[in-house]
Amino acid sequence: MKKVRISNTPITTEAELSTLAGIGGGALSSFTGIVRDDGGVTAIELEHYPGMTEVCLSQLIEAATARWSLLGAVVTHRVGIVPVGDPVVVVGAASLHRAEALEATAFLIDRLKTDAPFWKREHYADGTAKWVEAKLSDDTRSERWA
Amino acid sequence: MKLVYFASVREAIGLSSEDRDIPCDARTIGDFVIWLRGQSQEHAVALDDLSRLRFALDQNMVTADALLGDGKELAIFPPVTGG
Repeated sequence: MKKVRISNTPITTEAELSTLAGIGGGALSSFTGIVRDDGGVTAIELEHYPGMTEVCLSQLIEAATARWSLLGAVVTHRVGIVPVGDPVVVVGAASLHRAEALEATAFLIDRLKTDAPFWKREHYADGTAKWVEAKLSDDTRSERWA
Repeated sequence: MKLVYFASVREAIGLSSEDRDIPCDARTIGDFVIWLRGQSQEHAVALDDLSRLRFALDQNMVTADALLGDGKELAIFPPVTGG
């Protein structure tokens, strides 16, 4: 079971993982990214490259399933305006035992950060907004899976 | 060729997409982007620093030295920041 979803409405970890939870493996691992209140941020706005995004995320899941023995994997990403406290991304992987699911989850979110065509803009309480700069630490984390 | 812009590049140029003929002496994406800078003040500002731009040719990530070839759609954007 492999699933990629781009959502312009709120998402929950539980709903995105429900299929994986019932797949019959002994391990389900996940990562949920949540909008942080970073120095007065009230919301973030996410833009993406429709078409390329879905293909890119599907390729990441294919790469993960080629590398680890997985029963399934999901990636769900929000687009549009996401307020502080709401999930932005849910990544999940299911396997027979924990090691595969844990490593595949880390791989998927690390690679998503550097490879998938999404862009974030922070909105502040005073009405201003600023594009988020890419972080070198994200490149470093992604490269360790090379 | 269809050009597609995202995020800060889209805002700086003031367009989300446009069609442009590739000049005959442009072989690589970098050549084409350097030519594009001359098309307006907005293009000049948005495309000023190649090292801060990323490219996708027909929705595949490529570097500035990639050949344009028979590509139909070139996307130009800042480094990605999803997740």
